[in-house]
Amino acid sequence: MHRTGELFGQYRTLEQQKETATLGMWVFLVTEILFFGGLFLTYTINRHAYPTAFGIGGNMLDLNLGFGNTIVLIASSFTMAMSVWSAQTGRKKLVPLFLIATLALGSVFLGIKVIEYKQKFDHHLIPGHSFDITYCSNNPSACGLSGKALDDEKKEIEEGIQAEKRSPTDSDESGLVALDSHAQLYFSLYFGMTGLHALHMIIGAGLLVWLILEARKGRFDADYNTPVDNIGLYWHFVDIVWIFLFPLLYLINRHLA
Amino acid sequence: MAEHSEHIVPPKIYAAVLTALLIGTVLTVQAAKVDLGRLNIVVALGIATIKMTLVILFFMHGKYSARRTKLVIVAGFFWLAIMLGLTLADYSTRHNEPSRSQLNQPSSSLFIRS
Repeated sequence: MHRTGELFGQYRTLEQQKETATLGMWVFLVTEILFFGGLFLTYTINRHAYPTAFGIGGNMLDLNLGFGNTIVLIASSFTMAMSVWSAQTGRKKLVPLFLIATLALGSVFLGIKVIEYKQKFDHHLIPGHSFDITYCSNNPSACGLSGKALDDEKKEIEEGIQAEKRSPTDSDESGLVALDSHAQLYFSLYFGMTGLHALHMIIGAGLLVWLILEARKGRFDADYNTPVDNIGLYWHFVDIVWIFLFPLLYLINRHLA
Repeated sequence: MAEHSEHIVPPKIYAAVLTALLIGTVLTVQAAKVDLGRLNIVVALGIATIKMTLVILFFMHGKYSARRTKLVIVAGFFWLAIMLGLTLADYSTRHNEPSRSQLNQPSSSLFIRS
């Protein structure tokens, strides 16, 4: 284990050692950029192929929960940055406090995500046999839909059915089958992308727990703070992924809702 | 003892970045509710890109890191641009891709409700 401020033989200075660690972390993050990039690419191509179904799917997400989660995650990036600052300026007591705040905000994010997933489950929006894009418009009380929101959703689905028909003379049933299967594609990508993002958050939370335990021993200060710095880079990267997931999944078709 | 040549970003800048990110989030939600046609996606991705740039430059210290590190960061996005750019160029210029009507034909019953 790397002890506080220790210089390894292959480096000339601690500064060079630190720079190398930062560079290595960024090389890892580049692989992560390309990893998530592939998913964003898949999403873009499918969204382009099935704009109607993807628009309807996106408008079925809860905008308030997504917005709240974005705020929570941005705040957690701030507290993470502040813990790095605390270490760099030798405020050893502050480091664990900011890390605990980061972990708490990260947990709130995951908690809200659980509520969202549960809601989708209740609304029959999990891809598979029981998927039903019309569930909420047919069972408005089960989804808490009423008044204008219900009318809007009914109208949106009706228009979606017409748009998904192969030709105007086709039956509504064939339009619904197409809409249903393409909306499942949207929700598969939604769960795949947010799920992978949540997995990164869970790993980040695990790293934070370790970091908090170490920071409470007073291990991180101005001389040695590489773990705080590098886990901070990872945490900010996960924040960036969400900064793109939020508009792409929740917002693009809101103006039509 | 180490020489402290690393740049320390003051909390004031972190707070300013936090404020900018929060404003950006509110803006992007408000903009999404207005019908801008094809521009909706441009605005959404534009704001997201600005937010990402702020996070990388300040929270991640990109602005103050070594030149080598900056090169790696830029290279990462360059590769991402190759992947996105070339694939989308291919998709948008192929003429033998299945037509919309063919795409709409359910090819597998796996995901289709009975």
